[in-house]
Amino acid sequence: MADVNRGNRPLSPHMSIYRPQLTSISSILTRITGNAILLAALLIVWWFLAAATSPEYFAIANGVLTSWFGDLVMFLSLWGLWYHTLAGIRHLIWDYAIGLDLDTAYKLGYAVIGGSVVLTLLTVALI
Amino acid sequence: MRYLTDRKRAVGMGSAKTGTAHFWAMKVSSVALLLLIPMFLFTFGPMLGEDHATVVAYFARPFPAIVAALTIVVSFMHFKDGVQVLIEDYVHGLAQKILIILMICLSYAAAATGLFAIARIAL
Repeated sequence: MADVNRGNRPLSPHMSIYRPQLTSISSILTRITGNAILLAALLIVWWFLAAATSPEYFAIANGVLTSWFGDLVMFLSLWGLWYHTLAGIRHLIWDYAIGLDLDTAYKLGYAVIGGSVVLTLLTVALI
Repeated sequence: MRYLTDRKRAVGMGSAKTGTAHFWAMKVSSVALLLLIPMFLFTFGPMLGEDHATVVAYFARPFPAIVAALTIVVSFMHFKDGVQVLIEDYVHGLAQKILIILMICLSYAAAATGLFAIARIAL
């Protein structure tokens, strides 16, 4: 019978003893960035709603989004958005079973992290 | 030890059901967003912090309005699918179902609000 040890097998990926490495960190960051930018997305929808409502309401929303707190959220979200975008491209590549070997996976990991920083700074500089 | 083979345990449980459709929906929306996100950043970005009249005039133009509308709708549909997987991984039981329903409702509400706002500005 194949199930002699059913229910008493180790669970993957052993979070308590799992050594953090580029592949695991860049993977969980994809999930964190993708979900964390919800805040910025909701703020932007609110900004559009305020713009559609009245100049007074727009002044409030625009004020919040360009305050120091708004700037911080927008800047971090911009990085999160670029990170999630590049990590998403990595997943689209991986879907075709390309670049799954450790060496290429690490190169792609560094490209995603480095690329996201460069694209974030470039976007801030250009806008 | 129970005398059940792996096959016997699996029979009747059904397939992974909508797993393939979910995967494909995320793939399609992610490719769409690859094109939309850069266009949105360079249309919305310069408008953030501008005065009301400038913003309203800008998003009354076809290109910025269509890009903004598409980006908001596709983003929230992509988020709806993505956050479901996140919840399924970390939350279980009734709380899982409730959270998934809430996040799907939030996604549709945000997409509808964004569409309404842009339609009102543009039309």
